[in-house]
Amino acid sequence: MEKLISILFIYILVDNFVLQRFFGICPFLGVSRKMETAMGMGMAVVFVITLSTLVTWLVHYYILVPLRLEFLQLVTFILVIAGLVQLVETFLRKASPTLYQGLGIYLPLITTNCAVLAVALLAVRQDFTLLESVVFGIAASLGFWMALVIMSGIRERLDLAKVPAALQGTAITLITAGILSLAFMGFRGMLTF
Amino acid sequence: MIAVLTCSNVVISSLRRFIPEQVRIPCYIVIIATFVTIIEMVLQAFVPALYDALGVFVPLIVVNCIILGRAEAFAGKQPVLRSLFDGIGSGLGFTLGLLLLSLVREVFGSGTLLAETNFAVQLFGANFEPMRIFAQPAGAFIVLGLLLALTNIVFKRLQID
Repeated sequence: MEKLISILFIYILVDNFVLQRFFGICPFLGVSRKMETAMGMGMAVVFVITLSTLVTWLVHYYILVPLRLEFLQLVTFILVIAGLVQLVETFLRKASPTLYQGLGIYLPLITTNCAVLAVALLAVRQDFTLLESVVFGIAASLGFWMALVIMSGIRERLDLAKVPAALQGTAITLITAGILSLAFMGFRGMLTF
Repeated sequence: MIAVLTCSNVVISSLRRFIPEQVRIPCYIVIIATFVTIIEMVLQAFVPALYDALGVFVPLIVVNCIILGRAEAFAGKQPVLRSLFDGIGSGLGFTLGLLLLSLVREVFGSGTLLAETNFAVQLFGANFEPMRIFAQPAGAFIVLGLLLALTNIVFKRLQID
C-alpha cells in the first residue's frame, strides 16, 4: 500500500515525466498555448496512458513471456498504443467536436508521445505488479497533465509579455520549461523506494 | 538514429506503392519498430555499456517524431535512392544538434570532454567547480532554448529562411 502511495507521489512530483525525464516534450511544447486545450489533452493522455499500461502489462506477461516472444515487445506495445489512440480519437470526434478541433494534429500524435511508450516499457522493466503498473501509469500521466497545465498558464501570460525577437516562439518556451524543471528539482530526494 | 532513419526510409519508400492510404501510419510504425528492435539487440550485444547508459531511450527511438515525420512527408512519396539520402541527411542533422547540445552541457556541466572514452580531456584544471545545472534536465531545456535563439539570430543575419 505504501509503495502505491509513494509511486503516486514520486512520479507526479519528484520524478516528473516531462520536467525531469524529458518524456512527452512534443505535445508539452505544442499544445500548451491555451489552458483549455492543455486540459483536454491532459485528460486524453491520462486516459490513454492508464489504459495502455494496463493492456501492455497484460500482453507482456500473458502473451509475450509464455510464448518467449519478448523481442516483439516494442512492436506489440506500439500497436496497442496506436489502437487505443484511434479509439480515443473516434470517441472524441463524437463526444466533443470542439475539443477534437482544438487538439488538431496533436491528438493522433499521442501515439508518438514518448511518454506513453516510456510508461509502458518502464512499468514492465521495473518489475511492477499489475496494480503497481496501473498506479504508475496514472501517476506519470497526472504528472504530465499537471506540467502541461502549469506550462499553458505561464504561456498565456508570456503571450502578453515583451519577448526579444530571437527568443520568440520555441526558444522562450524551452527556457521557461527549464525554469519550471528547476523549480521541480526542489522535490528531489524527497522520496524513493 | 541515422541507421534507423535510413533503413526505415528505404523500406517504406520501396513499399510505398503497396501500403494502403488509411493504414499507412501503423504500417510505418511497425516497420520502424522492427528496425529499432534490431538496433537495440545489436547495441546490447556489441556496446553493452552504451546500451545501459542510454536505457529506455533506445526503444523510444520508435516514437521519435523525426523518423515518422520523414517517413510520412518524404519516403512515402519519393523513390528509394532519394529516401536513402533524405534519411542520412536528416539523421546527420539530428546528430549534429545532439552533439552541439551535449558539447555545451558536458563542457560547462562537468568540465570534461569525451569523458569515459579513450580521448577524455580535462579542461579548466583541477580546482574548477563545474556548473552542475547543465547536467540536470533543467539545464538541458535552458541550453536548448538558448541554442535555438542563437540559430535564430544566425539565420536572420545570413538571411536564410
